[in-house]
Amino acid sequence: MSDRAPVIATHSPALRHHFSNMEQQMEASVMGMWVFLITEIMFFGGMFCGYMVYRHQYYSAWVAGSQKMDFWWGTLNTIVLLCSSLTMALGVRAAQLGRRKSVVIFLLITILFGLGFLGIKGIEYHSHWTEHQFPGLNWAWPDANGNLVALFFSFYWAMTGFHALHMVIGVGLVAFIAYHAWQGRYSAEYYNPVETVGLYWHFVDIVWIYLYPLLYLISHKHISG
Amino acid sequence: MAGNVDALFIFLLILCGMMALAIFTLITIFAIRYRRRAGHEAEQIEGSNALEFTWTFIPLGIFLCIFVWGAVIYFKERTPPQGATEVYTVAKQWMWKFQHIEGQREINELHVPVGRDVRMIMTSQDVIHSFYVPAFRIKQDVLPGRYTVTWFHATKPGTYHLFCAEYCGTMHSGMIGEVVVMEPAQYQTWLSGGAVAGSLANTGQGIFQSLGCSTCHRFDTQGRGPNLIGVFGKPVLLEDGRTVIADENYIRESILSPAAKVVSGFKPIMPTFQGIVSEEQLNALVAYIKSLNPPPTGAAGTPNLKPPTGQTPETNR
Amino acid sequence: MATATVPTAERENYLNKEYGIKSWLLTTDHKRIALLYLILITFFFFIGGFFALLIRLELLTPAGDLVQADTYNKLFTMHGQVMVFFFLIPAVPAVLGNFLVPMMIGAKDLAFPRINLLSWYLLVIGGVLMMYTILTGGVDTGWTFYTPLSTQFLNTHVVAAALAIFVAGFSSILTGLNFIVTIHRMRAPGMTWSRLPLFVWANYATAIIQVLGTPVLAISLMLVALERIFGLAIFDPQRGGDPLLFQHLFWFYSHPAVYIMILPGMGVVSEIVTCFSRKRIFGYKFMALAVIAIAVLGFLVWAHHMFVAGMSLYAGMMFSLLSYFVAVPSAIKVFNWTSTMYKGSISYNTPMLYAFGFIGLFTMGGLTGLFVAALGIDVHVTDTYFVVAHFHYIMVGGMVIAYLAGIHFWWPKISGRMYPESWGKLAALIIFIGFNLTFFPQFVLGYLGMPRRYWQYSPEFQVLNVLSTAGATILAVGYILPMVYLLWSMRYGKIADENPWNAAGLEWKTASPPPTFNFDETPTVTWEAYNYDELKEAPVER
Repeated sequence: MSDRAPVIATHSPALRHHFSNMEQQMEASVMGMWVFLITEIMFFGGMFCGYMVYRHQYYSAWVAGSQKMDFWWGTLNTIVLLCSSLTMALGVRAAQLGRRKSVVIFLLITILFGLGFLGIKGIEYHSHWTEHQFPGLNWAWPDANGNLVALFFSFYWAMTGFHALHMVIGVGLVAFIAYHAWQGRYSAEYYNPVETVGLYWHFVDIVWIYLYPLLYLISHKHISG
Repeated sequence: MAGNVDALFIFLLILCGMMALAIFTLITIFAIRYRRRAGHEAEQIEGSNALEFTWTFIPLGIFLCIFVWGAVIYFKERTPPQGATEVYTVAKQWMWKFQHIEGQREINELHVPVGRDVRMIMTSQDVIHSFYVPAFRIKQDVLPGRYTVTWFHATKPGTYHLFCAEYCGTMHSGMIGEVVVMEPAQYQTWLSGGAVAGSLANTGQGIFQSLGCSTCHRFDTQGRGPNLIGVFGKPVLLEDGRTVIADENYIRESILSPAAKVVSGFKPIMPTFQGIVSEEQLNALVAYIKSLNPPPTGAAGTPNLKPPTGQTPETNR
Repeated sequence: MATATVPTAERENYLNKEYGIKSWLLTTDHKRIALLYLILITFFFFIGGFFALLIRLELLTPAGDLVQADTYNKLFTMHGQVMVFFFLIPAVPAVLGNFLVPMMIGAKDLAFPRINLLSWYLLVIGGVLMMYTILTGGVDTGWTFYTPLSTQFLNTHVVAAALAIFVAGFSSILTGLNFIVTIHRMRAPGMTWSRLPLFVWANYATAIIQVLGTPVLAISLMLVALERIFGLAIFDPQRGGDPLLFQHLFWFYSHPAVYIMILPGMGVVSEIVTCFSRKRIFGYKFMALAVIAIAVLGFLVWAHHMFVAGMSLYAGMMFSLLSYFVAVPSAIKVFNWTSTMYKGSISYNTPMLYAFGFIGLFTMGGLTGLFVAALGIDVHVTDTYFVVAHFHYIMVGGMVIAYLAGIHFWWPKISGRMYPESWGKLAALIIFIGFNLTFFPQFVLGYLGMPRRYWQYSPEFQVLNVLSTAGATILAVGYILPMVYLLWSMRYGKIADENPWNAAGLEWKTASPPPTFNFDETPTVTWEAYNYDELKEAPVER
């Protein structure tokens, strides 16, 4: 390579050739993740937009559909996800401080919470399926407004489905960086992947924070019942 | 309408033609005058804020004028005048079906009288189509699951193209027809020809009874469903507190998705008629419910038992 | 074989550094990836062009005689999908942008070289899905995928096509993401925002649209797929679904996508007009501001595709008004290019001929945009050939011409060789004539009322259709020519030096072709963009 830049005194092995220093590399990767999250917002935004249009148009059907949600499972899942965000944040903090062992432990707990969330979601999906609440494939609704409730459930499946898909990807990513952390690839100087995966994880969490009230809490009736 | 559209179009042609000509001329002049040659060097110019603001705000001003002109025409196109003749239209892959208020039905041919406002109330029974009569400069998409409306006022007798302008599948280009504009006398002859069972509202009345609608929607006392006399075009208070205007789309939705917007004081007990009534029957029902309005004079408050006859709204039970 | 043209001691550059398929398919060099894109989209350009030619041949006669109705519908659908998603959108950003943006800002590479390679592979996967769709019977939704036609009424490969575009969309998102981060974080010392070449500004604005718009298209297509696969009720009018919801979601992306397809072209033209006029750009700040304004305003005008779709009257008026606002920055750009030529020293090399063509055709496209944005006129001409002509003037007359202009302009940098100038001029002329003959008659056809996507049509439209088809044939010849002589020049072209046009810009301050990391030493920028006053006049030709 005839054009190698003059070796910088603090050249870290983790510095990729095209960046001039670690700071630039860190800034770039964090910014990259933020831009990616903006695209994710737009991705989910499309569904939220459709949801809002129909909810406005067919409010009573939305209430009827929402009442078939299991309030307690949904709430528990919200708590699980919030806890996972906490452990993720602690993991990132530990990475900043260069504590290898606690990074791995926090990330593993995060994975457990993530899997717990998916498990609970699976239980809910199962019961919706057995109650014929999947529009198209497996649908039965006793009342005359079944067509419109089918719209609600379509959005329920699409939105939570895409969210769950993001959770699966998230668990995979966390597992990947946990493995790397265990191998000792990160240090207080270089922990970009932990930081960016953390951002991603929090984003997926936030999406749920919106999904939960929009799908489970439309009418207050199920809180009393 | 065609005249208005053409006027704006010609105005734009001249305006844009001049703009384009000015730019092309300048480019040509610059390209020739300042061509590269020995002894000639470019003179550096940074730019000019004054010029930039000029060619920002002058075009903006011109554009706004075009906008207003276009919007005025659009407003007219989208606001059917009162008292227009109504034609119900059902589009399907790949044909146009028309139902006249008087009861005539046609396929891919639409007969209308010259010099009369005609209001098209259109829906589709499958995909999105678009009702396009180039000679009238009108186009309106025809959507499944709701009514869209357009109108025209033909000024010259003749036969005009009717096209489907929204891609609708295999034979999209075969979904064409003709609009036949006739002198009023000829039109009357055409109307009286052919065997017609009765007016569209009459047909609707028959469907209304055979489907058992009248058991709940009673006209004498309050039934389990709202009394439909005089409902059309009026605001309706809903169970959830909102108010909607009982237009064609609301009546349509109330038949197909009764639970969507329940009238205040009633229970959502009405079954859906989705898949039970065809689009044509639905049109007849809508025409019937519209015919239940008292005549605009307001003289006849109590419904009489005469079935509706003409296209003018008449009171009946 | 022409050994004389091989230099005696060839410098190591990005092309000859490594050889072999693997060194290309696993490369993270933005320049090599740009060439990978070039090959891929050239392939798709000719696929899409082939469809276009068949469409024009079918329309030679009013009767549907060359192909079946279904086949015709598939042809225009796949012509649109291939050209938009596999040619126009990646054309300038992914080929020229990829090659030039890092060099123009003095960086060694894009911020995320591996993601850059990933986005190429995503386009390949999307392309494979698209080819699968094409080869196994095609798809006939129209490139717009309007529901409920696409969800319920067609038995073709809708899901495969949607998936192809979904994947290609992610390629576009990742390219945009890479550009945004690169332009923010990787500029060389002294390369301030106000010194960026307008090509970089244009790609930056484009990247914003790619990042914000494309995900909405992705989710819309996914919802269509979900409705088709599982029978969910997202858009189904039978179950209360709104037939307009999909159109809103679709155009929310697909209108800004038009700007993805034109802004980078504007960037190319800004570089070329300055170089061949030996002038600084007239009104640099306004030019930079205008591209950003177009990108932002472009997000607020999507529903002007839907004036007759059944929206409310007032929504129509609002979107019409906003559409006129977005026309202003486009006008500013045209005025500034024209003024840049004033008192210049203009030479007529091939890239400049294309740039003339671009300004002319884009002006035509833009001005007819004023027609279709006028509500009263749009009601008549929307979904007719008027609109077809209008957007082809922007996309083909604008973007394809700008793309060819850029390819010629930077060919010496890309390949290290000059293209044959007289052939280049000839091709530019043929393309300009062919293009106008193809698409100008379509304006007339549209105003006369011929709807688009018609397989058979009324006989009175035939004369204009024949003209258009004749033009398309000429256009096809014009497109094949550059392909041939550019390939030829890679071997036999005159060796290009570092800066054959004596152009401004960092990309000309390194070898042709450039070394793998672009610069031997990271440059420090002390001059403004387009410092043609400081560069010597390029020699007069002949």
